[in-house]
Amino acid sequence: MSARGDVRTYSGFRAMTLVCLVVLYSPLIIVTVYSFNASRSITVWEGLSLQWYADVFWGPESGKFKQAAINSFSIALIAATMSTAIATSAATGIVRGGRFRLRTASLGLISLPLMVPEIVTAVATLIFFNFIGFTRGYLTILVAHIAFCIPFAYLPIQARMQGIEDTFEQAAQDLYATKAQAFRRVLLPMMMPGIIAGFLLAFIVSLDDFIITNFVKGAGVETLPTAIFGSVKQGIKPNIMAISTMLLVVSIAMVTISYVVSKKDSST
Amino acid sequence: MPGSRNAIDVCNAVKRYGSFTALQSITLSIRDNEFFTLLGPSGCGKTTLLRMIAGFEEVTEGEIFLFGDEIENLPPHQRPVNTVFQNYALFPHMTIEQNVMFGLEMRGSSKDAARRKAGEMLELVQLAQFSARKPSQLSGGQQQRVALARALAPEPKVLLLDEPLSALDLKLRQAMRSELKSIQRETGITFTFVTHDQEEALTMSDRIAVMSAGRLQQLGEARDIYERPVNRFVADFIGETNLLDARVEAADASVATCRLANGLTLDCDAIGNARPGADVHLSIRPERMTLAAANGDPWQGTVRENIFVGTDVQTVVQLQGGIELTVRTQNSAAGVATIFDPGTDVAVDVEAGAARMLED
Ligand SMILES: Nc1ncnc2c1ncn2[C@@H]1O[C@H](COP(=O)(O)OP(=O)(O)OP(=O)(O)O)[C@@H](O)[C@H]1O
Ligand SMILES: [Mg+2]
Repeated sequence: MSARGDVRTYSGFRAMTLVCLVVLYSPLIIVTVYSFNASRSITVWEGLSLQWYADVFWGPESGKFKQAAINSFSIALIAATMSTAIATSAATGIVRGGRFRLRTASLGLISLPLMVPEIVTAVATLIFFNFIGFTRGYLTILVAHIAFCIPFAYLPIQARMQGIEDTFEQAAQDLYATKAQAFRRVLLPMMMPGIIAGFLLAFIVSLDDFIITNFVKGAGVETLPTAIFGSVKQGIKPNIMAISTMLLVVSIAMVTISYVVSKKDSST
Repeated sequence: MPGSRNAIDVCNAVKRYGSFTALQSITLSIRDNEFFTLLGPSGCGKTTLLRMIAGFEEVTEGEIFLFGDEIENLPPHQRPVNTVFQNYALFPHMTIEQNVMFGLEMRGSSKDAARRKAGEMLELVQLAQFSARKPSQLSGGQQQRVALARALAPEPKVLLLDEPLSALDLKLRQAMRSELKSIQRETGITFTFVTHDQEEALTMSDRIAVMSAGRLQQLGEARDIYERPVNRFVADFIGETNLLDARVEAADASVATCRLANGLTLDCDAIGNARPGADVHLSIRPERMTLAAANGDPWQGTVRENIFVGTDVQTVVQLQGGIELTVRTQNSAAGVATIFDPGTDVAVDVEAGAARMLED
């Protein structure tokens, strides 16, 4: 086999790859490792300890973090559920609704927010809430999260749906299922991997969001990212690394689940 | 038609997609209990007609009746007909048994009754041992039989099959032909079968509707269509044939004498357009002619080539005036039939009644 055209023959390719990997992963590794540090310092290693994890749960800042975690996870759960439900109906309508007017437009409209700079969305959302006189707090964060999670939930669902030929629904209707039964018994189970992937993606995006949340949250209501940011402003302590590591684990778990779900599906 | 005893009556059905007319006023009846085939080349509208009967395509004009009841405005789930889809469309998230039970449950059968019936159906298609598998764990041929069992389970009044064998290899296709035929006899359900394969149609069907370009060309029993094609399209599409230009010399009520361009004459059954002087087309099947050593008969020509096709040999004979005929001679070990080498002069004997006058 000729090596011409093989990327490995380009000089410096190996080094470039290495640089990318280091830049991407060394911060994560350092944060994870130092979250187990016995020292107060974030640069000097003094031995293995779980004290910063204990600090997160029982230390002086634990109350603040606990409330932030409750806010973050409840918002992520509700926002992911709502946005996935909305995205599922939207995908059903747009992919299965036949060739209605403005079909392409609706498709573009629903995925456009992915391309708008987040800061613009954040400012716009804030202005919108002020305009309608919505007091900022937990509810404004939730509403904003539901809205911006929709396109993230929508994309995997739509991709999945386009791979499902409409003969399946026709076969169901041919076998005496009403449209609603065909949707529930055949289409929905077949879409499920896309729906789960969409849900997980929306969940992660919501859990992780900082910019929009920071704009629309009221005074005193924090999510994990805003709480972490608040703490960091007073100097980085290793308990931040412990929280970050736990968030990282949650993210990895979600990504793994979504990978396993899609893998399992393509094998059957 | 109200009061009809036919399984399906299609009356003046038209299908238009925008300005394109896919079906031009189709009228046909499918009898109760028969194996009926819609045959035609790709794009002639077979699937469209089938989907109109199933309810997936709206009828632009005309009516469709199922045992005398008008059905063209009912949604698919209210029509007691079932379809075997070309790609089978088995539900991938359900087991084979659940697939077969689906229609029964949707019709309101209890789980137990549905399971019992599904078992019977899987027995019928010899797949009982696979009931717990998922569709993706079966071969194409097995999936095909599951699709059949699933569509038969609710005991539809008519079963619609859209090229169900086209994805199978030749051997399996041939085996499935006789299996389908025997299942049709066993269950007594009317089968409406779509194919573009004329051999499939001829071997399986009680009656065949030949379609082309959105029109019904001819409807009749297999033998009828093969031996008495009404027009050039049918003669050419079903089996092989020699199409000849001719002019009617003389005609009475039953027999017409036609003269070919090279002056030779032939007798054939007279049909509507057989007025003396009319230009017509004749069809002669290659197996309805025999060759012999030249004997001075005006029906003679020169052998151009012999094509060996396994069961028989096709000999191309050039008559005077440049008319070419293909003659088919059965291979036989006894060597009864002589094969003439290219270049030899031979006499061509056309069987009485072999020439068929066409309507166009
Ligand atoms: N949704 C549609 N919109 C426009 N034209 C269509 C549509 N569906 C079918 N047609 C046209 O109608 C004609 C008949 O199509 P149909 O699918 O019935 O053909 P067919 O006889 O089943 O062919 P094949 O053997 O290839 O399956 C074709 O010319 C096709 O292009
Ligand atoms: Mg077709």
